[in-house]
Amino acid sequence: MDISNFLAAVLTLGIFSFLYKDNPVYRACEAIFVGVSAGYWAIVFFFDNLQKKFWEGVFPPDGSAGDHLLWFGAILGVLMLFRLSSKIGWIARWPLAFIVGATAGLYMITYFVSNAMNQVADTMLSLIVVNDVTGSIIWTQTIGALVVAVGVISGLVYFFFSKEHKGVFGATAKVGIWFLMITFGASFGYTVMSRMSLLIGRMSFLFRDWLGLIG
Amino acid sequence: MPPAIVNFIAGQVGVQQLVVSGTSTTAQTPPSHPRAAFLVLLIIISFTISAIAQEPADTAAFDLPDERPAPPTSVVVTDFKYDAGNRVDITWVPSIDDQPELTLVDGYTVYRSANGGDYKLLDSLLPGISMYEDEEVTPDSVYTYYVATMSGKDTVQSVVTQEIRPEWELVNFDLAWLFVIAVIISGSIVWFIWRARAGADLFVRKIAGLDAVDEAIGRATEMGRPILFIPGILDMDDVQTIAGLTILGRVAKQIADYDTRIRMPVSRSLVMTAARETIKASYQVAGRPDAYSDDMVSYVTDEQFGYVAAVDGIMVREKPATIFLLGAFFAESLILAETGNSIGAIQIAGTARPAQLPFFIAACDFTLIGEELFAASAYLSGEPKQLGSLKGQDVGKGIAMLAIILGMVAVTMATAFEIDFFQMIADGLNQVFSTKAE
Repeated sequence: MDISNFLAAVLTLGIFSFLYKDNPVYRACEAIFVGVSAGYWAIVFFFDNLQKKFWEGVFPPDGSAGDHLLWFGAILGVLMLFRLSSKIGWIARWPLAFIVGATAGLYMITYFVSNAMNQVADTMLSLIVVNDVTGSIIWTQTIGALVVAVGVISGLVYFFFSKEHKGVFGATAKVGIWFLMITFGASFGYTVMSRMSLLIGRMSFLFRDWLGLIG
Repeated sequence: MPPAIVNFIAGQVGVQQLVVSGTSTTAQTPPSHPRAAFLVLLIIISFTISAIAQEPADTAAFDLPDERPAPPTSVVVTDFKYDAGNRVDITWVPSIDDQPELTLVDGYTVYRSANGGDYKLLDSLLPGISMYEDEEVTPDSVYTYYVATMSGKDTVQSVVTQEIRPEWELVNFDLAWLFVIAVIISGSIVWFIWRARAGADLFVRKIAGLDAVDEAIGRATEMGRPILFIPGILDMDDVQTIAGLTILGRVAKQIADYDTRIRMPVSRSLVMTAARETIKASYQVAGRPDAYSDDMVSYVTDEQFGYVAAVDGIMVREKPATIFLLGAFFAESLILAETGNSIGAIQIAGTARPAQLPFFIAACDFTLIGEELFAASAYLSGEPKQLGSLKGQDVGKGIAMLAIILGMVAVTMATAFEIDFFQMIADGLNQVFSTKAE
């Protein structure tokens, strides 16, 4: 018997036992999972960040010139450790402030362009789609464009916070929330099916790799 | 060859053959057998066919490609615009032999010479590729390139490109329209902040999920059970985590006021630090710094499902009366929300991830959908800065709605009715909003 498969199967069943109720086996599996994964990530972060990115970046193994800008990151990292002191623990807020501020600034242009401006450009569709050759209206594409137009405008109205949802504005916002809910319903079904594939993967492991009951 | 065999062949084929035997050479008369003549003819035909079959592949009779593929052509280098002088784009027309039905081309290799030095291999690319971005250049060097077609171990190189010196540009004029719109929105934010500080009453519509926050905290207080706050599984570089922690500040203040317990397991060390700072500040504002404890926030693990297993365990063992799920969530959203639902906790969730929102809507009592999560902190706090920011964002949404309506009308009139004036408007709007950020 393959001992690793056996252990994996026992741990899988232990986690599944939570479906019945909380029990000592689940607690043991949970503790193993949390402990092993926390230790694993500690090692990964140490070697990926401290050794590869920082140490080998500042002192490259091939003897080439190091990137001394990395010292800045290292100093910020050391500042985080000031939390351990009750007197000068406030210094640890500086690197946090730097991370939040730098991230906001770094992503602002990318997010604004991709999540706002380009979305606006892509929504500027013709509401009447005509066949170039025959000159007749292509109804399926025309209806599709209308659905996009109504969905986007009413959705934006729903997320407009400066005006009470009353009258025509409220009715438009209601149409917007309907569009959102229909989209979420479709997304729910799609995502549930992808979760099913995860369950099938575990079942396949138990019945094929461990028990050998299926080919 | 042994003489006996030679003689046998000579006898069979019927040609005059010199038979070497020791030192003597004997001339034999060819046999006059008809079968032998036929064999001779057969051999001649075989040789002829064999010779034709070995002709080069590019003859007119057999139109097959040369064994050496053609090199790429039109290799052009361009300095990438509006960068720090650290990117050069190389484009080429693929080899004429780079066709799916032929297997002659295995790919391309790109070579670079810096400041007249030796050419060094930069990368190997798959067939069909006709572009390479060299992002390991500096503005103070001059580069030349060539691209070679690979065929087995053989390579056929293109001509060498012209010299190029990457340049550093201070201002990206491609983002000019982005700048204009950003100035309008930022100006609006500053204007609204100024008005809020001056005491103007800035209206923000009711957000259903947030009205339930007070009720949910009060419920936990009455039941004597803790409040569980889950800030998602991403780090402090995600805006949803920051939004979740902003709401945490408001929630923690009320928890301090009510003297209720808060439990906050996190999956990132930086989030742990930031959350502790946030709760500590809230307890200080509430006038109860002594009630704060670092144990309120605990790190579990970075592993997604390890974190979920631990949080599920906390839910069923400590049975919190209220659960906040505010931040960035992935596949764990339904597991957490379902477990919280099963223990009868009142749940307020919020995320900007469209794929996870359906699960929160299905399993939680209140859900903040996307933008509502970001509006929540302004709504809850009523601070001028946050209110001004929210109102400024509404100005941005108003611009977007107007642009979309105007753009749709213009494109419809231009394409369906072919009116040039509207085509001009459509092109203009497209130019404004089709900005690319790289």
